Amino acid sequence: MPKDHGIGASSKRREDVRFLTGEGNYTDDINVNGQAYVYFLRSDIAHGTLNSVDTSAADGMEGVVKIFTGADFEAVGSVPCGWQVTDKHGEVMQEPRHPVLAHGKVRHVGEPIAAVVAETLEQARDAAEAIVLDITHLPAVVDMKEAVKEGAPKVHDDLTSNLCYDWGFVEENKAAVDAAFEEAHHVTTLELVNNRLVANPMEPRVAVGDFARGTGDHTLYTTSQNPHVIRLLMGAFVLGIPEHKLRVVAPDVGGGFGTKIFHYQEEAFVTYAAKVCNRAVKWTSSRSEAFMSDAHGRDHVTKIQLALDKDNNFTALRTDTYANMGAYLSTFAPSVPTWLHGTLMAGNYKTPLIYVNVKAVFTNTVPVDAYRGAGRPEATYQLERLVDKAAHELKVDPIKLRRQNFIMEFPYATPVAVEYDTGDYVATMDKLEEMADIAGFKKRREDSEAKGKLRGFGVNCYIEACGIAPSNLVGQLGARAGLFESCTVRVNATGGLVVMTGSHSHGQGHETSFAQVVADMIGIPEDMVEIVHGDTANTPMGMGTYGSRSLAVGGSAMVKATEKIIAKATKIASHLLEASEGDVELKDGAFTVAGTDKSVAWGDVTLAAYVPHNYPLEEIEPGLEETAFYDPSNFTYPSGAYACEVELDPETGQVTVERFSAADDFGNIVNPMIVTGQVHGGLAQGIGQALLENCAYDSDGQLLSASYMDYAMPRASDLPFYDVDHSCQTPCTHNPLGVKGCGEAGAIGSPPAVVNAVLDAMRSGGKDVGHIDMPVSPHRVWEAMNS
Amino acid sequence: MYNFDVEMPTSIADAVKALGREEAQPMSGGQTLIPTLKARLAAPSVLVSLHSIPEMKGVCKNDAGDICIGGATTHATVAAEAVDYPALASLAARIGDPAVRNRGTIGGSVANNDPSACYPAGVLGSGATIVTNNREIAADDYFLGMFETALEEGEIVTEVKFPIPEVAHYEKHLQPASRFPLVAVFVAKFADGVRVAITGASENGVFRWTEAENALSGNFSASALDGLSLSGDKMISDLHGSGKYRAHLCGVMAKRAVAAAS
Repeated sequence: MPKDHGIGASSKRREDVRFLTGEGNYTDDINVNGQAYVYFLRSDIAHGTLNSVDTSAADGMEGVVKIFTGADFEAVGSVPCGWQVTDKHGEVMQEPRHPVLAHGKVRHVGEPIAAVVAETLEQARDAAEAIVLDITHLPAVVDMKEAVKEGAPKVHDDLTSNLCYDWGFVEENKAAVDAAFEEAHHVTTLELVNNRLVANPMEPRVAVGDFARGTGDHTLYTTSQNPHVIRLLMGAFVLGIPEHKLRVVAPDVGGGFGTKIFHYQEEAFVTYAAKVCNRAVKWTSSRSEAFMSDAHGRDHVTKIQLALDKDNNFTALRTDTYANMGAYLSTFAPSVPTWLHGTLMAGNYKTPLIYVNVKAVFTNTVPVDAYRGAGRPEATYQLERLVDKAAHELKVDPIKLRRQNFIMEFPYATPVAVEYDTGDYVATMDKLEEMADIAGFKKRREDSEAKGKLRGFGVNCYIEACGIAPSNLVGQLGARAGLFESCTVRVNATGGLVVMTGSHSHGQGHETSFAQVVADMIGIPEDMVEIVHGDTANTPMGMGTYGSRSLAVGGSAMVKATEKIIAKATKIASHLLEASEGDVELKDGAFTVAGTDKSVAWGDVTLAAYVPHNYPLEEIEPGLEETAFYDPSNFTYPSGAYACEVELDPETGQVTVERFSAADDFGNIVNPMIVTGQVHGGLAQGIGQALLENCAYDSDGQLLSASYMDYAMPRASDLPFYDVDHSCQTPCTHNPLGVKGCGEAGAIGSPPAVVNAVLDAMRSGGKDVGHIDMPVSPHRVWEAMNS
Repeated sequence: MYNFDVEMPTSIADAVKALGREEAQPMSGGQTLIPTLKARLAAPSVLVSLHSIPEMKGVCKNDAGDICIGGATTHATVAAEAVDYPALASLAARIGDPAVRNRGTIGGSVANNDPSACYPAGVLGSGATIVTNNREIAADDYFLGMFETALEEGEIVTEVKFPIPEVAHYEKHLQPASRFPLVAVFVAKFADGVRVAITGASENGVFRWTEAENALSGNFSASALDGLSLSGDKMISDLHGSGKYRAHLCGVMAKRAVAAAS
């Protein structure tokens, strides 16, 4: 029987009541008395020399408080990059300056040039229209392979070229990998594009800067997944504000998907302008601005090859990827195509030799950074498309070829520097085959064909690395931050708890699932536990939420802090019970002396901690509040197997997803309902990438898909009823909860299954095109079918 | 959005008078105009709302048996009330989403003449008559090109009159992002012949495929269209489909429309 509370129960998401009844407190809901509004004048050309910004006609317009240009930020720091990659020659990457407002040049459509602060947003916008720009157009670089050619226009004049870095991994293996290809019985080669995406969280970005002249305290309210990271990056590197004079608040946040990890110019601007203008300054992104200023995702162009021996064993893998950085380095951009991508290239397979080359390239486009999965979807897509292609070339069953090459023993050290602690890829594939009703496919295909449609079936496996860690390792890899997590547990006198976590919830349901863990550990109702997050003023220094790290890392810190609470409470209880500490145990919210009926309730112990009349004051301090920091010893490695069944209309090229099955191994699970929801959301984004979403630029660097008129988001009607299972569980061996992370799996694991299924459908219609790029739009399918 | 005055006339006569003001702009459901205003791509000084004019609302039948739809009638109302012309009701029921259908109007759609809108195909394909505050215009004379119509400055579409065909059907292939038609075909079979109107495809907006009409007038079956094709040369080519693809879809959608109608 399913549990009805605590770890393992599908407790209802307590936060949804306020979200669904309009009672959420989002950043745009925050209004500071006397606030002014800023409108950013953004570049509408991709590349040009900014000769002058003439604000003279705008300065005196009604309502204008102050107009800022790049010149006002010359003395201010550059928007920093949080990860430095070292290339295959041992050189550090090229790192351009990233100004708050463009100065000297504009480098992408959407780059802010001037900022008008006015009494109302409309007045700010009116004044912005009166600003006269003198820009000399320069040829734009958009295509990555063109951008790295000799003589290509340079995005940054002070860099040697548009090549940010040329990364080889593992460089020492390269010769052995090449030698294995020489000896291969069969080589499968695939060239593909991982399409650029716009994250499109439902809530656009918002930032409100405030400054208290009396105390010199700055406050930034912002739509962030990691307020402490913003405080550190903006305070230390951009504005020079010490952390004790800067508070960053990220209240309810309506979806992040990675794009709200990063520190953006607009945050620095409102914080800075609030002090200059001596009043709060608010910016709310329009949806149009979001398309051209939120960091984009993916955008890799890859050639990948697999070598196999005569028995179809994988013997070597090599890849060449061009990764688009856009015009500037967003906060974690350099890490995505390298350490979050190259390290995943082994996938679920025991390929002994792997070499990954990545060229990161500057172009006149919006910066690209982590988006749900970040590097891992790119790795999975290449590998799982390649394995499928190999199976068809070799005329073997794609599932059989996968099974034959599965890693079977754990822990397993890959040739790309990571060690998988646990997994059972056979179990998830067995489960998937059962869910997908492969036996019934033939009949379903016949039914489709009777309607004039084609039907295809595709599978893929995936492995991901979550809970990025440990700090000392990522430091060696170039991270300019630690990747621990923190938690303070404060027990109140009457027994309720406030859990202050460095993790941040922007849809994940932490307020519910974190409370389940703590309540379960103590044996009290979940509603006695309050989860607090998102404010640097009342949470310990934490690294925030991304990379499916919250429960595995943040949850572990919470468990550690709660264990400290229990240890201290046990001491107090043993005093009250006049028993030896070793004989006292906590169960169901009461401390009991083993083997007796003597017990003291949780609330009596917590009261004693704050009303220490009968209390061992000479041994322990009063109060019941503990903090813990947790730095994991390894990543976690969720894995799974996915299957997709599509129907294809050969006359129009329209593809519809008819069935989708997902068998995941997330280790232990705290709230199955929330996990299912996370997988559902991830699948929608993965299927969206595979079939619909396409962030496209023309050769002049104009964004063609700059609104929902041209950028296709997945809708409910585009998606089937998913079949989701997470009963295969190999717990993580190195965190206290044995959890692995589930937030990104759906987005990582679904695109290859969809594309594999589309290609299978096309083959059944007599057309074997080898590969088709995402998004697999009707137009592309029709062209491929008729090529 | 720039500032503007709003007038809410309650009669066609008052609306026409209000539109005489300098830089006045009529607004029906506003489903195109409001986003345009928000993007500051239009700057009327007066917005004349046609929303509160009772004589421009509703669906009825005239003595000649035509379905008459007031210019300010919403798509949702047409979907629910044009029961005597099911193909037209079905077209209205599939425009946009519920919010659009409850605000957008037939008059607004026909006056705007978006090259990818649904109603122009229904109006042209039915051989309907556009009634304005001072004349009646045959559909064949009304649609002049992308966003261009025979309407003059200050002229309002007060009603559209549809003759009811023997059978008809509207078949559309959606543009995946906007969900406007990438290509959609309205086929209507009358006693005296067949009309085929296509939206979404041409750079010149909605048009009649006369070759298909001739073939279908002799033999109203999908197979009558075998071998017929349109050139992709003057068709819209964008992220979502080349002119060639759109031309191909014209044939596919036309056949499906005929099959569904017959």
